[in-house]
Amino acid sequence: MSESEEQSIHINADSQEYVTVEIADQLFGIEVTDIHDVFQPQCLTAVPMAPPEVRGVLNLRGRIVTAIDARQRLGLPPREDEDKPCMAVGVEIENESYSLLIDKVGEVLRLLERNCEAVPCNMDPQWQAVSKGIYRLDKRLLIILDIKKMLNVETPSAQAA
Amino acid sequence: MDDLLGEFLTETAESLETVDAELIKFEQDPGDEETLNNIFRLVHTIKGTCGFLGLPRLEALAHAGETLLGKYRDKTLMPNPASVTLILESIDQLRVILDHLEAEQSEPEGDDADMIAALVEASEGKGAAVAQDTEAVAEPETVAEAPEETVEAAPEQTEAPVESSESGGEYDADLNRPLRPGEVSLADLEKAFQEADGPDLDKLAEEARIAEAEAKKAEEEKKKREAEKAKQGGGDHPLVAQSIRVNVDVIEDLMTMVSELVLTRNQLMQIVRTMDDSDIKVPLQRLSSVTAELQDGVMKTRMQPIGNAWKKLPRIVRDSSKAVGKAIDLHMSGESTELDRQVLELIRDPLTHMVRNSCDHGIEPADIRRAANKPEAGQIHLSAYHEGGHIVIEIADDGAGLPTSKIRRKAIDNGVITEAEAQTMTENQIHRLVFAAGLSTAAKVTSISGRGVGMDVVRSNIEQIGGTIDLSSVDGEGTTFKIKIPLTLAIVSALIVESANGRFAIPQLSILELVRTSPDGEHQVEHIHDTRVLRLRDTLLPLVDLADVLGLPRAQTQSDTAFVVVMVVGEQRFGVVVDNVFDTEEIVVKPLANILSNISVFSGNTILGDGSVIMIIDPNGVAKAVSASDEIEKTTKAEDRAVESGSEKTAMLLFNAGGNEPKAVPLSLVTRLEEIETSTVEEVNGEQLVQYRGGLMPLVHVGGYAELADKTHQSVLVFTDGGRSVGLVVDEIIDIVEEVLDVEMSGSAPGVIGAAVLKGKATEVIDVGYYLAQAFHDWFEVAKKGDESESIQKRRVLLVDDNAFFRNMVAPLISAAGYEVTAVSSAAQAWELNTGGAEFDVIVSDIEMPDETGVAFATKLADDERWSHVPRLALSALAQNDLDRIGATEAFTDIVRKADRESLISTIDYVLQSQGEAA
Repeated sequence: MSESEEQSIHINADSQEYVTVEIADQLFGIEVTDIHDVFQPQCLTAVPMAPPEVRGVLNLRGRIVTAIDARQRLGLPPREDEDKPCMAVGVEIENESYSLLIDKVGEVLRLLERNCEAVPCNMDPQWQAVSKGIYRLDKRLLIILDIKKMLNVETPSAQAA
Repeated sequence: MDDLLGEFLTETAESLETVDAELIKFEQDPGDEETLNNIFRLVHTIKGTCGFLGLPRLEALAHAGETLLGKYRDKTLMPNPASVTLILESIDQLRVILDHLEAEQSEPEGDDADMIAALVEASEGKGAAVAQDTEAVAEPETVAEAPEETVEAAPEQTEAPVESSESGGEYDADLNRPLRPGEVSLADLEKAFQEADGPDLDKLAEEARIAEAEAKKAEEEKKKREAEKAKQGGGDHPLVAQSIRVNVDVIEDLMTMVSELVLTRNQLMQIVRTMDDSDIKVPLQRLSSVTAELQDGVMKTRMQPIGNAWKKLPRIVRDSSKAVGKAIDLHMSGESTELDRQVLELIRDPLTHMVRNSCDHGIEPADIRRAANKPEAGQIHLSAYHEGGHIVIEIADDGAGLPTSKIRRKAIDNGVITEAEAQTMTENQIHRLVFAAGLSTAAKVTSISGRGVGMDVVRSNIEQIGGTIDLSSVDGEGTTFKIKIPLTLAIVSALIVESANGRFAIPQLSILELVRTSPDGEHQVEHIHDTRVLRLRDTLLPLVDLADVLGLPRAQTQSDTAFVVVMVVGEQRFGVVVDNVFDTEEIVVKPLANILSNISVFSGNTILGDGSVIMIIDPNGVAKAVSASDEIEKTTKAEDRAVESGSEKTAMLLFNAGGNEPKAVPLSLVTRLEEIETSTVEEVNGEQLVQYRGGLMPLVHVGGYAELADKTHQSVLVFTDGGRSVGLVVDEIIDIVEEVLDVEMSGSAPGVIGAAVLKGKATEVIDVGYYLAQAFHDWFEVAKKGDESESIQKRRVLLVDDNAFFRNMVAPLISAAGYEVTAVSSAAQAWELNTGGAEFDVIVSDIEMPDETGVAFATKLADDERWSHVPRLALSALAQNDLDRIGATEAFTDIVRKADRESLISTIDYVLQSQGEAA
């Protein structure tokens, strides 16, 4: 990206900044404006009887944050190195704090909205449901996540008890 | 604009509340200039802001009120109850407009011409009608003089000409009412004025004179005030600068930040403790103490004086005392006692209601008070103070006290207590019945109270916020209510426990006690099949493992050493087994995230002192889980069904006999449980017999004949019918359970009615009739002898019962007694038979059924063309008075206690017999 091009993007209102995150070696993008913080989750308290996507709750600067496991949400196997700390992005939806547990946080990219393409129709429906679009970067594909849909975990309808 | 309007609304609402209170004060002490100035200032500010925001209707009304107040301030008019009422009314009207403004962002349509006219009239002298003629005289001069006068008047009166032009040009008339051709001397008038109590011509005349006499003085005062105002920099709020308005969210955020600060400090302290280097220790100490102070300070910002909830009360007492025609003084103390604003909001209404109650019910009319040697004016004392982490609010009146006999009678009439209970209750217990639903002791409904929504609502409101209410009443001396409420709702005391390696908080409120159990200790966990129970003093306490409730694997292998948290939820008492108990902590309850909110066993979550998040157990959710027992999945369905159909619970005796599955029999069918010595069993003709109560009792075995087990004693269930007994040999009696029966019919094995899930285990329900017939082959023949001789054709019985178990239990009995039985499961099916043209000689129906109850069914039967003559028998487990209450005694010919087989058959015999005689 040349300097002049970058500048033009800066000026251009049709661009969007994305935080890139890695989940199971796949690159995902989340709009910067959606993200409140990026942190390393600690002292996660498991919640019995919660949906499987909910890894637990944690204390983030005095707020109670519900941690959603991105891998579980996307139907991916759990991380092999469970002991190593993962990362989390903090999001706020309807005055509630959530965090999405991911593997790694990458850089922030500014991309032109017109370069965004529709997700291929043969992509896993579970993934399609939470994706807004896809960018072709130099070497990799960047899937833009719809963070609201990502965190909209269906509550189990019939909780026994 | 929106922000401005919002601020204006909050501020104005507050101002109006103050005005209310101050006006009452002013009315009682018209000489209090400070109070009047305060009122005037507030109303003036409201008016001024209205003008600024472009709210003409509010402005006009506030202006009219201000004008009248101005008269008082200038001493040209003396306040009287009528005009104060008028001002209060205009303030209410202001509120109505404000409410509309809040909801719609605009003033409501229409104007307040009536109110304004009344205010103007009042400010011109006296009440409406009488003022008319004097005005005619006064008008010419006043119109001429008014403008001059207003120019000189205080700045807030400069709007006066506008007002006067709007309302017909008589504004300020009395400010400078001229002396009309004098009939009476000033001194005389002065005297008359003191004595006069109503508006009349004389009084108007006096007033004019007084106004005249005081005009100069007033003018001087005005000038003085103006000068003062100039000194204060024209500020209208000399008192306001002491506080600022802060959005609640800001305080909540502050609170969160402080909590975080506290946690960080704790971590730091932890680190420093392990270090030898003490350089950092001193500043850390300072940080620590500052943090603590900060925490205190922020907590304080959430607190508000309870007086804020009382502001309205003087007004309410005044209005009430006017409405019921009693003089009442309200005394308040401890207004500055502080409590959390959330709690404050919640007790406002109950308090208002109770003070109203005291005015209306508590304080007697003046003549009765005089007769009782009490001061004529009733006294209501309202006080608040701290007591051990709670706030206590007392409302005491010196009225008549609660009418014990009246409450007792009413409680009996309304079915709250029975006559017998009433006899044994102390006076104080009777008094407490006012907290029961549906009791209003006011003999008549007044505009204030006695509408039936009463103390029960107050009580439930207070209990909702974790408070309690009690009362004491002395006949003739008064009643005192004592309310105890927590300082704050946000913080609850909770017990921290461990289960399955996780920590959980259980609210202290529902915990009765903690018991530690061990195999050789005082308290032991006992096992009934798979379920655990605790023998605690006199009761058997069902136990449930918290890990099971939470669907977690149990942390340790079932050891009998455990901590049992004894909890009570409503009427239900149960023990929750936990692995470990830590301590109690004051926790700040935070709501669950949406995604977790449907987990019924949690009510919220919280952050502990060490910074970790833990879940707060909802006692109600656990109670539900307890009743569903440990095999939740299996029983949930059956339970749901049972609950839907509204079935009642049946006491079942569980036992083991012949085979591994537990077996059950309705307890009501069992006459006795006996232990017999095996040596006394004799064998005759292939049957086992034992001597029992002077007769021979045959023994039968579940699953056919079997050798008696090789032990000295044998448990036997004894069934007795018609003077004959039979013993059912069982291996072991397990338990008695009371559960909703849902019998799955199988009919596969003889002697088994079907299977039901009892205590989470599939259980065979045995058919007692089968075993009885085994022992006495003529068992049922005995019963039916009489009938057979009388009727050649079998009498037909229709049995309606939604409970399959009873249908299958009762139908064979009736048919064995010689009747032809048709059993259906609902009233609807019975009606189908009716339309189908079926005929019956007697109809036996259950009372509690889904869809159509037995009573409704019977009532319909009575009107039915074909079946109205058929005797109707009810089967019910209800008590007699309940039956009366639901009208069952009228709808049915007779009622038989459920599962009382003998009397059912004899009743059927009896009604058919009497039917036959009647026919």
